[in-house]
Amino acid sequence: MSFTQAILIWPERPALSFLVLFVIAVPFLYVARDPVHALIGKLVRTVTNPLRLIARWLSGCALRMRERNREVLFSLGSNEMRLSIEREFERVTTLVQRDLEGYPALQRKLMDEIAVIEEDYRKSGEVPPPPPEWVKAVEGFAKIKNNGDGVVERILADIRDSIEDIYKKIVAEYRGAYQERHHILKRSLPFWRTANQTLLRVERNITGLHDSAAKIDANVIKLQGIFGKSNKTENVLTSSASTQFFISALVMLIAAGGAYVNYKLISLPMSAMVGGGDYITANLRAAEVAALVIILFEALMGLFLMETLRFTSLFPLGNITEKMRGYLMWASLIILVVLAGVEVALAVMRDAIVAADVALKQSLGGGEAAVAAEAGWVTRIPTFGQMILGFTLPFALAFVAIPLEYLINSGRVVLGVLLVQLLRGAAFVTRLFANLVREAGKLATGFYDILIFVPLAIERWVKRSREQNPGAGKVRPVPTFEKQAAGR
Amino acid sequence: MSRCATRKIARFGVALLVAGGLSACGNQQDYHHSVYMLVDTSGTYSEQVGKAQNVVNYLLGTLQPGDSLAVARVKSRSFSEKDIVAKVALDTDPMQVTAQKKAFAEKINQFAKSTGSANGSRYTDISGGVIQGAEFLRETGAGRKTIIIFSDMQEELDYKTVRDFPIKLDGIRIIALNVTKLETDNIDPRRYIDRLDWWEQRALAAGASEWKVVNDMEHLDRVFSTRG
Repeated sequence: MSFTQAILIWPERPALSFLVLFVIAVPFLYVARDPVHALIGKLVRTVTNPLRLIARWLSGCALRMRERNREVLFSLGSNEMRLSIEREFERVTTLVQRDLEGYPALQRKLMDEIAVIEEDYRKSGEVPPPPPEWVKAVEGFAKIKNNGDGVVERILADIRDSIEDIYKKIVAEYRGAYQERHHILKRSLPFWRTANQTLLRVERNITGLHDSAAKIDANVIKLQGIFGKSNKTENVLTSSASTQFFISALVMLIAAGGAYVNYKLISLPMSAMVGGGDYITANLRAAEVAALVIILFEALMGLFLMETLRFTSLFPLGNITEKMRGYLMWASLIILVVLAGVEVALAVMRDAIVAADVALKQSLGGGEAAVAAEAGWVTRIPTFGQMILGFTLPFALAFVAIPLEYLINSGRVVLGVLLVQLLRGAAFVTRLFANLVREAGKLATGFYDILIFVPLAIERWVKRSREQNPGAGKVRPVPTFEKQAAGR
Repeated sequence: MSRCATRKIARFGVALLVAGGLSACGNQQDYHHSVYMLVDTSGTYSEQVGKAQNVVNYLLGTLQPGDSLAVARVKSRSFSEKDIVAKVALDTDPMQVTAQKKAFAEKINQFAKSTGSANGSRYTDISGGVIQGAEFLRETGAGRKTIIIFSDMQEELDYKTVRDFPIKLDGIRIIALNVTKLETDNIDPRRYIDRLDWWEQRALAAGASEWKVVNDMEHLDRVFSTRG
């Protein structure tokens, strides 16, 4: 017999039994109303209070995390701006050292050239021929009247001939002088050009300086914004970090593709190095792990190389001397070159293994072994291709350090933002759940009151009637003398 | 630079680099594969030796450096090393492995030619061959051991040969390959089914890790596709 069957008064009439049980229970439920309400309230508070506490804690965490993210973001941004400004200053310094440091020499050269040009100009100035003395004589002769005297006529004819001769001579001298001046001007043409080029160079340098100054100004303004820690700057930096994160992730993906190609290239011949019959797990051979180790070593050397060349700043190398940094750079480069050389050797070996394998499979397949193709350069192209790939891929992998640094830096910001959103979401859900529990408690209280609505209605009715007749229902005090009379 | 010199230099460089990496990864478990193939040369089944040669060629293409392979014939009494036609433990050097495989394939080719032209044996001692194979496989110490029985699985022993005793095939996988139907099987297929059931029970009772029947050679890929 089940519990339900046991409590029924008339088991064959459960509805009626339940109704009677309910009617019996109602007075008890009414009496227990206040304790039950208090119990429900306590239960609700037991659940909601911790939930609210958790929500508040999560919100606080999100707030602190956001503040921390802001600090990191501004720190990264200011660091980047500082580096950018430093680079611009370095560029300006180089420009100044290279060009403006030699400016006095340049100026001297320019002045010399200008002096030469002035001298040439002066030389080329038109010098009018000196007025001949014979002009006055001619004027005198011109006053002589031709009166048909034969002597006079002959003298005049002689004078005319002499003048013509002299005129021709003077014209020739005049033209010669012009020619000379043209020569002088022609000679000074290269000096003009040199002066022009020198001035252009000066202009270019000044323009370069101007551009660098403009960039420095812009970066300083940005840096001021970062130090101001405004929301606008924060949004700009966050957006920039997100873009950097996705771009660097894409580049890393491409690099992973390159690394995979490299892995496939060396895993087969590596079995000849470390033994093709050694297994780490059922499907992972030691040769494959060795190939992976080689590629990781290449990436590591690339990281060190980029670090020592100051392209990246992933490791705290600030405390080592420049000499040590140089040693480290050369060591990384040499190891990288050695590894690239090893890959070239492996590429050659891979080609030999593949060729032997193909020949074996052909012979096992029943066909004749492939006739050895003429050993021309065309047949060696795949080998050369593999060798070139084997040599270049390690160096290409070395550059992974740059996107890796960006990925790490921007990843910190992006993950921080995501974590803040996650914490906020969790806080919201917790608060929502606490509210739902609180409302459920109210609902349970209301439902309890619905069950005992009859006694509650009676209670309300009694209260109302008492309010309408305040004296009714109260016991009237018996006067003392009446009590005494009654006692008698 | 000769290939040998290149290999030596590369070997030295790589050995230096990977020694540290691999020293922490000591290989405790043996993942090599040893295969022992029994080829039935009794009666009319000896005509199937061409197919057996194809299977051996397939196995040669599948096996990796470090693996082992042996091919033995099944005749009237097969519990003997003399019945091993060819055996090889593949080297770890891929170039050496290719040469070994070529030599093995050549031996099997000669065996196929000699068996095809000769008459089959009178009796079929599969059990003796299996016991011999189990011994061979245990000696190799491989992590995965397989006996391939290329036969119709109809054992016929002369009255002197004793094979009805429990055998030990612990951890060995048994694959019955190309189990052709006999004339009597065609009359009553239950004979064929009962024969295979008997062999399965015997193999599993002997401790075999797996029992498989493969009649379609295309399905060999599925059997040998995974290691371990």
